Amino acid sequence: MSRLVKLFGQKKENVLNVYCTAGYPELNSTITIMQSVEKNGADIIELGMPYSDPLADGEVIQASSSKALSNGMTIHILFEQLKEFRKSIQLPVILMGYMNPVLQYGFENFCRDAAAVGIDGLILPDLPEYEFETEYGAIIKKYGLDFIFLVTPETSEERIKKLDALSSGFLYAVSSSATTGSEKDFNAVEKYLQRLQSYQLNNPILVGFGIKDKQTFATACKHANGAIIGSAFIKALENASNIELTTQHFLESIIK
Amino acid sequence: MTQTLTYQKPNTKGYYGKFGGAYIPEMLHRNVEELREKYLSIIAETSFQKEFQLLLKDYVGRPTPLFLAQRLSALHQTNIFLKREDLCHTGAHKINNTIGQILLARRLGKTRIIAETGAGQHGVATATVCALKGMECIVYMGEKDIERQAPNVARMKMLGAKVVPAKSGSKTLKDATNEAIRDWINHPNDTHYIIGSVVGPHPYPDMVARFQSVISEETRWQLKEKTGSELPTHVVACVGGGSNAAGAFYHFLDELSVQLVAVEAAGHGVNSGMSAATTQLGKPGILHGSKSLVMQTADGQVVEPHSISAGLDYPGVGPLHANLFDSGRGIFLSATDDEAMQNAFEVSRLEGIIPALETAHAFAALKQMKFKNTDQVVVCLSGRGDKDLATYMKAMNI
Repeated sequence: MSRLVKLFGQKKENVLNVYCTAGYPELNSTITIMQSVEKNGADIIELGMPYSDPLADGEVIQASSSKALSNGMTIHILFEQLKEFRKSIQLPVILMGYMNPVLQYGFENFCRDAAAVGIDGLILPDLPEYEFETEYGAIIKKYGLDFIFLVTPETSEERIKKLDALSSGFLYAVSSSATTGSEKDFNAVEKYLQRLQSYQLNNPILVGFGIKDKQTFATACKHANGAIIGSAFIKALENASNIELTTQHFLESIIK
Repeated sequence: MTQTLTYQKPNTKGYYGKFGGAYIPEMLHRNVEELREKYLSIIAETSFQKEFQLLLKDYVGRPTPLFLAQRLSALHQTNIFLKREDLCHTGAHKINNTIGQILLARRLGKTRIIAETGAGQHGVATATVCALKGMECIVYMGEKDIERQAPNVARMKMLGAKVVPAKSGSKTLKDATNEAIRDWINHPNDTHYIIGSVVGPHPYPDMVARFQSVISEETRWQLKEKTGSELPTHVVACVGGGSNAAGAFYHFLDELSVQLVAVEAAGHGVNSGMSAATTQLGKPGILHGSKSLVMQTADGQVVEPHSISAGLDYPGVGPLHANLFDSGRGIFLSATDDEAMQNAFEVSRLEGIIPALETAHAFAALKQMKFKNTDQVVVCLSGRGDKDLATYMKAMNI
């Protein structure tokens, strides 16, 4: 059983997934942040692999990616940093990134190495379901990794059910059709989440995009199993003089 | 799902050989899928064709002439015909595509148009058709490009477009494209994204190639009128993303006797680290929604290209062209900044036509080729040089 499946078997609500960009704010801050995120009550860590052209991300995460790249982060270095992380971190960890760097690493090698260091799942927003079904899905499965598809308010019922069937771990519900970090009216979001709930999908649902504080997290959790916080955490880390304290304060502001 | 092999059309999933597809985040799926489902039937509608053809004729000024350039022919001891896309309204071939896409956008019920632009030519062509059709127009342009292309920024503004600086990354064309894609993600209902080249997720490369294919459609009958044969021996065009080349090659792609010559920008030299010769320097990868050849680091980060001509300054190339390169159907040459400059001046003085710096690369490549005196060579004169006057003036120390 994967760590994600196990988690959702035990915890069905208020699941908090915290996103951070690998190599941000410092090249070597990744493990410290992950440890602090675990220590302060999060349930899942989503680790972003920085890319020069992150289409599905907003300004804040793009800026953190640029910083991480200028810090020298690569997938090779990330796997090197992650070699021993399972000794100190028990939470499910998923990697989020874009297809091009993964293809250059070698798709199968990437899945093999990710699984070997103890990664649980992948989010690759620009891997479409056709290519997933015909080429990449089998490789991802071969290494026992979960794969998480995104759905949006614009995604049809039929397609949501299809993407749910292809996903494992959880389904990532984009809260509004907006790149990460945008501020949107949460009423429309609630309606959308109720609609998702009514489909009785196989996978748990985590809501992402626009979750930034206690209130938005609570709203998202009303109609889903939990939520993903990304941009707001990255912003908090931007001027952090003490990463552990900043992470602690940030997470306290969401879940305490 | 077998289909006859063709260099012209992608398969149903948008692949030209190994290249193409639609590598897009879910947030774009509905819009791209809607386009994919409808573009062929809309383009085939009689009312669409009627309006499109009428605008190409009365507004763009088509057909553009096919001109036998005698002094240039004498220099190369062959027969060189210039397909005069520089005579299109707004000064380049770009408007063939924007006319097609604005008509398509209206039939899709869209009210808001976004576009990316590098040098500003596609931005101007988009602002033009938006003015013509009374549609809101937002053009994303790299902050650096806004500084160096002031006249085109002014033209877009005069035409009523809003020019938004792309401040992320390298602040040039690739970042403007990222910003336009983000805008589309944030406006999923009312907005159509007019991509300016044969790049982007399927169906864009095919759709833009079809709108630009008027170039080679005309070339065929014009050449027949002049020489008795529809088929030239060579078609030569410059390639950044590759829209003028796609249009100039289109109706010759499956005519294997015709040599298709694509000319990339070598910048300071292919191996100088300051180049935009994507087929020479790129590796298969994914950029802006399709699999193609991409200039990138060993870690898969997209690198910033360099060319003196902003229109060729792109780290990717359309999947149609990547397939021409990969299959050997196309011949890929390159010309440096200096060669392009020299040839821009040479053609100006030989033929009385000041070409765009992009097009000047195609002229430069003629010198790398061997012709017979019986050859019929078509060069796509993709744009006029007015926009490059500042660069030309600098070269003349004016």
